[in-house]
Amino acid sequence: MDQSDIAKLANLARLDINETTASEVAESINGILGLVDQLQNANTDGIAPMAHPQDAMQRLRKDEVSEENVREQFQAIAPEAEEGLYLVPKVID
Amino acid sequence: MQWETVIGLEVHVQLATKTKIFSGASTAFGAEPNTQACAIDLAMPGTLPVVNEQAYRYAIMFGLAIDAEIGKRSFFERKNYFYPDLPKGYQTTQLEQPIVGAGQVELNLSEGRTKTVRIHHAHLEEDAGKSLHEDFHGMSGIDLNRAGTPLIEIVSEPDMSNAEEAVAFAKKLHSIVTSLGICDGEMSQGSMRFDVNVSVRPKGQEELGTRTETKNLNSFKFMEEAILLEVERQIDVLENGGEIVQETRLYNGDTKVARSMRSKEEANDYRYFPCPDLLPVELDDTYIDAIRNDMPELPEARCERFKAEYQLSDYDADILSGDMAMAAYFEAATKACGDAKLVANWVMGDLASKLNTEELSISQSKVNAEQLAGVISRIKDDTISSKIAKDVFEGIWNGEGDSADAVIEARGLKQVSDTGALEQMADEVISNSQKQVDNYRNADPDKRPKMLGYFVGQIMKASKGQANPKAINEILLKKLDELL
Repeated sequence: MDQSDIAKLANLARLDINETTASEVAESINGILGLVDQLQNANTDGIAPMAHPQDAMQRLRKDEVSEENVREQFQAIAPEAEEGLYLVPKVID
Repeated sequence: MQWETVIGLEVHVQLATKTKIFSGASTAFGAEPNTQACAIDLAMPGTLPVVNEQAYRYAIMFGLAIDAEIGKRSFFERKNYFYPDLPKGYQTTQLEQPIVGAGQVELNLSEGRTKTVRIHHAHLEEDAGKSLHEDFHGMSGIDLNRAGTPLIEIVSEPDMSNAEEAVAFAKKLHSIVTSLGICDGEMSQGSMRFDVNVSVRPKGQEELGTRTETKNLNSFKFMEEAILLEVERQIDVLENGGEIVQETRLYNGDTKVARSMRSKEEANDYRYFPCPDLLPVELDDTYIDAIRNDMPELPEARCERFKAEYQLSDYDADILSGDMAMAAYFEAATKACGDAKLVANWVMGDLASKLNTEELSISQSKVNAEQLAGVISRIKDDTISSKIAKDVFEGIWNGEGDSADAVIEARGLKQVSDTGALEQMADEVISNSQKQVDNYRNADPDKRPKMLGYFVGQIMKASKGQANPKAINEILLKKLDELL
């Protein structure tokens, strides 16, 4: 992992990592990757990949409306709202 | 050079559940903005998703309908990207172990041809909210009512080789999901949306060309237009020595123009990983078999039933059984008036053309099945002629009355079957048409029935189309024969 990898990941994750911190971050991530490399040596033949660390199954919910309209409460803490819509800086593809 | 087109589809189908896939907020269409977006949909800290069983049930129904392997163990993953209509910063979806595995659908094409299109898989995921870019003083407005609406994304293999096949495939999926009742099929409300992957290659070449993806098409017509346009564009680029860039494109159905979506170019790194908030879902055979035993009628079975039960032709049965809403309309009208053939003609004729002109789906029709049955019943009992029936239909459509009888009454369209009035009209026509009467009298007897047409026409004209043709025929024959 070099600084350009960090820059790319930071951009994807929308994290503000500047050039000085980038080398520190690269160092600690490389530390983690070293651990991962070590784990890669374990023999996993015939072992199904794990989707969740807990050995439990998802409970399913009935299709019944249980939530009420609480728009006013949420919009009271939103930076900006108008006509029931949350306002954000303009985004157009 | 001869070119060959290769098309694959990704289809998003909104499931007709009452609530979201991970929260108990309502999914009803058309609510005030953000009134159906709860803390989970808004990704408030401390919330946890819980999976809606009905969404799973619906996805399994689709899988069974396309003969697919059902994933007895499936789990959700996070697809990471940033967009304001996606509050969590990731879409919860399935990648490694989706609920529906490989399957297939059969297409009926023109001239009796058929084709099998393979489905790669179908997975469950959540819909995003909506961004409105109208003028909010330079800002965008976000409505999160749609956020978390359950979707199945159906991914086809690149098995289609022209627009006709792609549209037939899309229509077939529409027919399946509406027949199953797992989606309302309202394309104009975004209930089904199509992403079309298109590439071209020199005829005979094994290797696929570079493809583009045209996203979010929400009508069969736009889909066809977008494919034709994109194929033409790609061939044009290649024949002029250019290269196709792998990109996402948008097609505007109103302006008939497609353009590249630049911003997606570098963002194609979604960094999927299993969602730690959700445990894997495990289903056993008993559960899946119970769903299998409770499956509604599928389009093919309905088509066969229509042929057997209503004596419809292959063509009529195929059209009427293909669209679930149309099939229901047809059956309701037939039940109410008892004449399947007439109903079939009306539904595929006057009704279809009216819906087409006004760009409405059959569920938005301004003449419902009972009302159409009323019109047909009045043709059958000789209250009106087939020609006047079109006016009555038009009248109901325009809101002049809520039934055939009401419009017939209001417009005074009742057919004149009163013998006295008809005899008087016949006498008048005969006395004013001395030449035609002479011709009739002198004609060969077996040519006379044909010559009757003139007199019938005159009476229809005099009665503004309201005279009962059967009665006129009888009266004229009698009167003219008396003159022989």
